[in-house]
Amino acid sequence: MTAVDDVSFDLAAGETLGIVGESGCGKTVTSKSIMRLLPERTSFIKPGSRVLLRTGGRDRGDGLPPEVDLATADPETMRKVRGARVAMIFQEPMTSLNPVFTIGWQLDEALRYHTTLGRRERRARAIEMLKLVEIPNPERRIGEYPHQLSGGMRQRVMIAMALCCEPDVLIADEPTTALDVTIQAQILQLMEGLKKRLNTAIVLITHNLGVVAQVCDRVLVMYAGRVIESAPVRELFHAPRHPYTKALLESIPKTGRKEHGKRLPTIEGIVPSLYDLPKGCRFHERCSMAKERCIAEEPALVAGEDGRQVRCHYPLGVPATLTVGVTA
Amino acid sequence: MTAAPIKPGTNGAPAVSGAAAEAAPLLEVHNLVKHFPVRGGILNRVVGHVHAVNGVSLTVKRGEILGVVGESGCGKSTLGKLVLRLIEPTSGSIRFDGTEITGLGHAEMMPFRRRMQIVFQDPYSSLNPRKTVRMMLREALKFHRVVKSSEIEATIDELIRKVGLRPDAKDKFPHEFSGGQRQRLGIARALALRPEFIVCDEPVSALDVSIQAQVLNLMMGLKEEFGLTLLFISHDLKVIEHFCDRVLVMYLGHVVEEMACERLHNEDGSVGALHPYTNALLGANPIDDPDERRPLTVLQGDVPSPYDLPKGCPFAGRCPRAMDKCRSEMPPLVERPTIGNGAASHKVACWAV
Repeated sequence: MTAVDDVSFDLAAGETLGIVGESGCGKTVTSKSIMRLLPERTSFIKPGSRVLLRTGGRDRGDGLPPEVDLATADPETMRKVRGARVAMIFQEPMTSLNPVFTIGWQLDEALRYHTTLGRRERRARAIEMLKLVEIPNPERRIGEYPHQLSGGMRQRVMIAMALCCEPDVLIADEPTTALDVTIQAQILQLMEGLKKRLNTAIVLITHNLGVVAQVCDRVLVMYAGRVIESAPVRELFHAPRHPYTKALLESIPKTGRKEHGKRLPTIEGIVPSLYDLPKGCRFHERCSMAKERCIAEEPALVAGEDGRQVRCHYPLGVPATLTVGVTA
Repeated sequence: MTAAPIKPGTNGAPAVSGAAAEAAPLLEVHNLVKHFPVRGGILNRVVGHVHAVNGVSLTVKRGEILGVVGESGCGKSTLGKLVLRLIEPTSGSIRFDGTEITGLGHAEMMPFRRRMQIVFQDPYSSLNPRKTVRMMLREALKFHRVVKSSEIEATIDELIRKVGLRPDAKDKFPHEFSGGQRQRLGIARALALRPEFIVCDEPVSALDVSIQAQVLNLMMGLKEEFGLTLLFISHDLKVIEHFCDRVLVMYLGHVVEEMACERLHNEDGSVGALHPYTNALLGANPIDDPDERRPLTVLQGDVPSPYDLPKGCPFAGRCPRAMDKCRSEMPPLVERPTIGNGAASHKVACWAV
């Protein structure tokens, strides 16, 4: 089974890339592949895949070359990268924090491994990080266990852990999905502030399009393991080119009086199973605009001149000449 | 043999909507309180109480959808279970269709159990994994003797079709369905008994956006077809605004605002809600338009523990408009006459507005 098929993107320092899509579309597998966190016994990254990390900008004395390919790097290099250069926030803070160690111990772990700081300095740094993520009473909290914290606080501890080595890239996998909206707002504000301060590049994986609209610069839309559209955030929301993107945007309940009580536009059917993908375009069974060609052949991801990409035989809002040019 | 068409129970309500909903209330809850004892110490004595629901009053008219919104731990799910008497209230009154149901015994409660149903958030843990859909629905239909035994099979087919599942779903087990389909099963199970009133406890929260829209549309269609009355619990104010007629905003077991969903936003898009907490909920919801980027309303701190309720207004600790009075005295929920509001009631519990 191919969970993620031919996904490519670039991310610059200080940029936020959103990856959106429904459950099972391959968002999480993409992020875990970048970090090489998938079990090697049951899965592999196809030879020829590349995940280039340009470490040139900041020297950390970790002996990494200016360009590392994470897809093929040896375990020793990966250990230097994980947590220090590229850090990750997971969706479920309760399962990703170790219940038998204090949060102070867990914060200290990355510092112990990646820095040469002494014990007192590390403790001071851990407290500073907890302050940064606005945990009240950090001196006391540092000695507490994950179960003693609320959901929002646990997620903030996760962020503090991810950021304590000031990574170049932060991968946040559904960081606010399990949280209440008021706490979600706190976390998003926090991530925004940290991005400004440290110029961190962020990959934000989410299915919440509102969050994407508010914080991302560019968006990758995934469907059944494939990238089906990629565009700057404003263009994507105002003029989606893939019928799936358009339908997804329409199916969110809108605020305001005009929409009250109306039926929502929906996408019929369900996401296809990756074991049993339809022939042709993976979306054609649910697409209201599918034609014969969509059933017969899978479209390629085509880059337009404006830097947008779309995987559709009949993209929306693209002049016909461009479409013809693509077929040739 | 054909099945009798599924319609609401004995005193079947006509499908009412909008203005016609002025009918007698189907559910009236007055001053409902639920405290859970907390035990501790070596003798396992009761050392305190968690104040889950603190004097909630509400009315749901026939054919109406009342939304209940609030953050985790505000008591909204407890409220849903209390009105069905799945848990017993500490005090207060619940009248269903004119009958006080709080003191009823097991047998007396039985007809009401059939008329009041619930759809849970997680349909997987609320469906028996060892029963097929057919077994599950048949059990409910038989137990409550909803239809003649000769009509059971046809009724099951009809239910499956009504909730938009394929006929072969009948002989499948819950694990063979996707999340959205399982939620449809949860709805079929609730509908099987031809209820008049359904509590929907976060029915779409665990679903993807496109599936969420499908399930919401399904529920809206079924509600109109069967003239159902719904208590719709959700943490997502956007879904509530879209789906419900009125909304109850809860914070730490208290109702802080009650209003028509249409009034949450004014014609010009400005916020029509009055309570600072409702405003914070609306403001914290990220708008799905990159041109309308704005700082999200960020409330400081977490929800206080319901074990140890603050004196005065429960929201005072996080409220941007809190005054001295808020910290010492609990504001009552009072009617606010608003301009051009017509007959729609709007109640707010706040000293500052």
